[in-house]
Amino acid sequence: MTAPVRAPATTAPGDRRDALVRIENVAKTYTARRGAGAVTALEDIDLAVARGRVLGVIGRSGAGKSTLIRLVNGLERPSRGRVVVDGAEISSLPESALRRERRGIGMIFQHFNLLSARTAAGNVALPLEVAGADRAAIARRVAELLDLVGLGAQADRYPAELSGGQKQRVGIARALATNPKVLLSDEATSALDPETTRSILDLLGRINRELGLTILLITHEMAVIRAIADEVAVLDGGRIAESGDVFEVFTRPRAAITRTFLDEETGRTLPPALAARLTPGPAIPGEGRQAVLRITFRGPHATDPVLAQLTREAGIPAGILSGTVDEIAGRPFGTLVVGIPPDAGTVERATGFLAARGLDVELLGTLDLAGWQRSAVPADLSPVVSRIVSHVA
Amino acid sequence: MSPELVRLLVQATLDTLQMVAVAAGLGTLIGLPLGVFLATSGRGELLAAPWLNRVLGLVVNATRSTPFIILVVAIIPFTRAIAGTSIGTTAATVPLTVAAIPFIARLVEGAVRDVDGGLVEAARAFGASPLQIVVKVLIPEALPGIVLGLTLAVVSLIGFSAMVGAVGGGGLGDLGIRYGYQRFMPEMMLAVVVVLIVLVQLVQTLGDRLARRMNKRLRHG
Repeated sequence: MTAPVRAPATTAPGDRRDALVRIENVAKTYTARRGAGAVTALEDIDLAVARGRVLGVIGRSGAGKSTLIRLVNGLERPSRGRVVVDGAEISSLPESALRRERRGIGMIFQHFNLLSARTAAGNVALPLEVAGADRAAIARRVAELLDLVGLGAQADRYPAELSGGQKQRVGIARALATNPKVLLSDEATSALDPETTRSILDLLGRINRELGLTILLITHEMAVIRAIADEVAVLDGGRIAESGDVFEVFTRPRAAITRTFLDEETGRTLPPALAARLTPGPAIPGEGRQAVLRITFRGPHATDPVLAQLTREAGIPAGILSGTVDEIAGRPFGTLVVGIPPDAGTVERATGFLAARGLDVELLGTLDLAGWQRSAVPADLSPVVSRIVSHVA
Repeated sequence: MSPELVRLLVQATLDTLQMVAVAAGLGTLIGLPLGVFLATSGRGELLAAPWLNRVLGLVVNATRSTPFIILVVAIIPFTRAIAGTSIGTTAATVPLTVAAIPFIARLVEGAVRDVDGGLVEAARAFGASPLQIVVKVLIPEALPGIVLGLTLAVVSLIGFSAMVGAVGGGGLGDLGIRYGYQRFMPEMMLAVVVVLIVLVQLVQTLGDRLARRMNKRLRHG
C-alpha cells in the first residue's frame, strides 16, 4: 500500500474560511471549586481542519489536548470564542440540538469505552438505536461497518473476548455508524503496542482516503502524527506553539517544544554515551574533539550521498554519529548527525557546502572524546561510530 | 414433629416467602429508579438535580439508620392506613417494603456509580440523551452489580421478616418465637432455623449465578 504524496498546505491551519471544523479564538478556564483563581486549560486557540484532511494535535499530558478535542463535539464548552463544525456553532447550541449535531461527529477513545454487556455488533448498533434507526437498517449497517474494520467474523464476541486492537476497531466502527463528517480521535492508539498502533493508523488513513472523512486527532506520540496527519498543531501549556503542514513543521521546527518532540526520535540526537560528552555552542578546536553537525535532508535530497561528496569534493572527513531516514506525511525525510574536525574554517566550509546542496545544517556543539575509550577511538571515528550506530539501531 | 406442626412450618415458610417477595418486588420497583436517580443527579452529573438529590439522600439515610424493629413500631399508623391492620402477614409487608426501598436504592446507586465514566462520555459523544444513557448504558452495564445487590437485599429481608414475627407479623420468625421459644419446642426452633438457612443459601446461590452469567467482563462470559 503506497500512500499518495499529499500536497503541502498553502496556509497555516486557522486561516481557512471554508474549513469543516473551525476553532476560533477559544479559551477555556475552569473555576476552582474552593479558593481563589481559575485554572486556564486553553488560551488563544485558532485551528481549522479542511474537509478531508487530517489534523493532528500533539502535546504533553496536561497541555490541554483532551479539553481541546472535547470542544469540537460540545462535551466541553469554551469560556470564550467559537467552535463551528460544518456550519453549526457547536459552542452555543442548546443540548438537544447539540445531540443531533453529535451524530455527525464520531469519536474514538484511548480506552475504547465499549459496553462490556454488548457484543461487538451490539456496540456498533448503539448509536443507530439512539438515533432511532429501524431494526433491519441497523443490522445491515452494522454488518457493513464490521466488514469495513475487518471484524466481520467477530460480530458476536464481547469486548472482553477481543484484543486491544480489535476493541479499537469496534470503537471506530461505532464512531462511523451514523455517517459522521468528522472523526475525533482521543489518543486512540496510546493504549496499544506499536504494531497494533500501526494497523489502527493504517485503518484510519484508509478511512480518511476512501470515505473522505475529516479527522482531528490528539496524541503525545510523534509516530502517530508522522504516520497519518497532513497538518499538525503543537500544543504547549494550553497554547498553540506552532502549527502548519506536518512536513514543514517537523523538518523546520520553530518552537522549542517541537524540537523536544523531534529529539525523542532515535537518530535525531546523539546516543546517550556521546551526548554526555557534547558541549553545545560554537565549535571548540582541540585534540580529540569533533564538531557535531546535524544535517536534515528533505524531500528529494533524502537519499543523496552527501557524506561521500563532503569527503571527496570538499576534502572534509566526516564520521557518522547517528542517523535516520524516514518519511513524514508520505515525503522522505532524513537526519544525519556527523562529526567533523572542529576548527572554525572547516565547520564553515562544511556548512556552506551542505547548505548549497539544499540541506538544513545545524551545529549542535563540540564532542570531546579525549579519554573516552582512547584505545578504541582512531583518528577517523567512522569504524567505532558505525558500531555505535548499529548498536543504536 | 407432628403433621400439624409440619403444616404450620410449611404455612409459615409460605408466609415468609410471600412477605419477602412482595417487599423485594415493591422495593425494587421504587428502589431501582431511586438508586439510579441518586447515582446520576449530583452536581454536574447526567440528570443534575443537586437539591432533590440531597433531600432524597437525607430521607434514604434517615430510613436506613432507623433500626428495623423501631421502624416497624414507628410506622404502625401508616401500616394500618395501608393494610387496614397492624398485625399479620399483610401488615408486616408494609414496614418490610419501607425498609427495602432505601436499602435497594443505595445498593443500586453503588452499582451504577461503578460503571466506567468513559462509557457515559462515549454515549454523549454519539448523541444519546440522558434518559437513553440511563436505559441503554448505565442500567445494562450495572446489571451484574444490581443483581448482586438485590440478592443481598433479599437475604436481609428474610432476616427482617423473622423480626416482624416479634410484633405479630406471620411467617417463620413468628413461628419460631411462639412455638420454639414461648412453648419451649426446641425441635420447632431448629426446624425454623434450618428452613431459613436453606432459603438464604438458595437465594444467594441463585443470585451469584445470575450475576456471573450477566457479567460479560470476564473472558469465560
